[in-house]
Amino acid sequence: MRRSAEPFWWLLFAAGGTVAALLVPVSIALTGLAAPLGWGGTTLQHARLAALVSHPIARLYLFVLIALPWFHAAHRIRFTLAEGLQLHQAGRLLAAICYGTASVGAALALLAVVRL
Amino acid sequence: MKALVRPMPLLWWLRSRAYVLFMVRELTSVLIAAYLVVFLIFLQRIAAGPSSYESFLRWLAQPAVLAFHLVALAAALYHSVTWLQLTPMTIVMRIRGRRVPAATIVAANFAVWGALSVLIVWLVVGT
Amino acid sequence: MTMPEPTVSLEIFRYQPDGGGPSTFQRYQVPYHEDWVVLDAINYIKDQLDGTLAYRWSCRMGVCGSCGMMINGVPKLSCATFLKEYYPHPIRVEPLANFPIERDLVIVLDDFMKKLSQVQPWIVRAAEPPLSAGEYRQTPEQLDQYKQFSMCLNCMLCYAACPMYGLKPLFLGPAAIALAHRYNLDSRDEGRATRQDVLDDEHGVWDCTLVGECTTVCPADVDPAAAIQQIKLSTALDWLKRTLRPGGTT
Repeated sequence: MRRSAEPFWWLLFAAGGTVAALLVPVSIALTGLAAPLGWGGTTLQHARLAALVSHPIARLYLFVLIALPWFHAAHRIRFTLAEGLQLHQAGRLLAAICYGTASVGAALALLAVVRL
Repeated sequence: MKALVRPMPLLWWLRSRAYVLFMVRELTSVLIAAYLVVFLIFLQRIAAGPSSYESFLRWLAQPAVLAFHLVALAAALYHSVTWLQLTPMTIVMRIRGRRVPAATIVAANFAVWGALSVLIVWLVVGT
Repeated sequence: MTMPEPTVSLEIFRYQPDGGGPSTFQRYQVPYHEDWVVLDAINYIKDQLDGTLAYRWSCRMGVCGSCGMMINGVPKLSCATFLKEYYPHPIRVEPLANFPIERDLVIVLDDFMKKLSQVQPWIVRAAEPPLSAGEYRQTPEQLDQYKQFSMCLNCMLCYAACPMYGLKPLFLGPAAIALAHRYNLDSRDEGRATRQDVLDDEHGVWDCTLVGECTTVCPADVDPAAAIQQIKLSTALDWLKRTLRPGGTT
């Protein structure tokens, strides 16, 4: 029975929202504040970080950390634009642009973690 | 007989505190997405080598960039707090026929969040 | 010499469909009593000051859902809103938001009634058991599964509070979805599959972005926002199961 395609996007939104809620704050604290301000001492220097992120589990973690919240944001931005600017007529186009951008982003994230 | 239809104003979301907070909550995703772009670049700079990484750290240390990260952190925290408080309404838990109170699930969510954050810091900085 | 009776000012939305003019606000001075609710003040206006005022009310005790109005911009039951909450400031009374206005404080309910019937808010069975089989039996635990969602008064405060319903009039809406959930969770019901057609639709649960105001304004603690999110999750998990099942999707 063909119903709505929404469940798929909603699952991505929910997964992304959970990943963002649990892992993004500490990530910002580490890379946006601790690293440039030297709070980590020697631990946030290049050699150690390069070794850390090249681990396969780290790569998987980093991909999930980046890609899923991007789908979460795409979903929220899609609905917020439709509601905030009352663009409901352009609904399908809006969805395509939002999820399309997130997909491109996920592909870029995949390329990046593969090269770590 | 003509019924009167009142259209929604464009700035409907400014009409009440609850609506404004809703918009703020939704817009946190934009800041989180923006941070993850910077984060992706951060990773790419690590892969590009020590001098590339060092120069990126200098860029990150600029006041404007630090300010962005502070705002992004505030947004991410607001997302986390609202998200973790809303999950109990989606998942109804029953233990031995009794409904687990929402407050318990929220507390567990926050505990997991705290534990994971500590774990990440320890893995990155501590070991 | 006695003190003058305290009064409170009500600014009430007026609209006559055949009058030709635009809507206006009319101000009335009403005696202030500590134990009066807004409905008492409106009834006073109707009885003593202006018999032309049109509005709905019935039980005056918060169980019938008839007297929903916007009071200072917030959807409330006028029989459950005390004057003393606002006194001595003027109180603005308007018809429920997001509905067309028939006259004064009376809204056109047709859209809600239509959506309510779309979710089939009754026990749906594949086959009705004969009377000789006796009554349905239900344990307290089974009742507890859906009881909260059964408390809905159909007062439509949630529709007035929901900006999505205001922006997207095709949205099924909080109360209708909560009532669908009430029956889906009822152990006697077998109608979940048929209700899914209207729930798993872009204008079913998926138009909801969890603003949450429906739950905030509900006078009966139904928590329609929870009902909607629970249906989103169960629908999404069903979708996942169908997609992952060998043999593909049906």
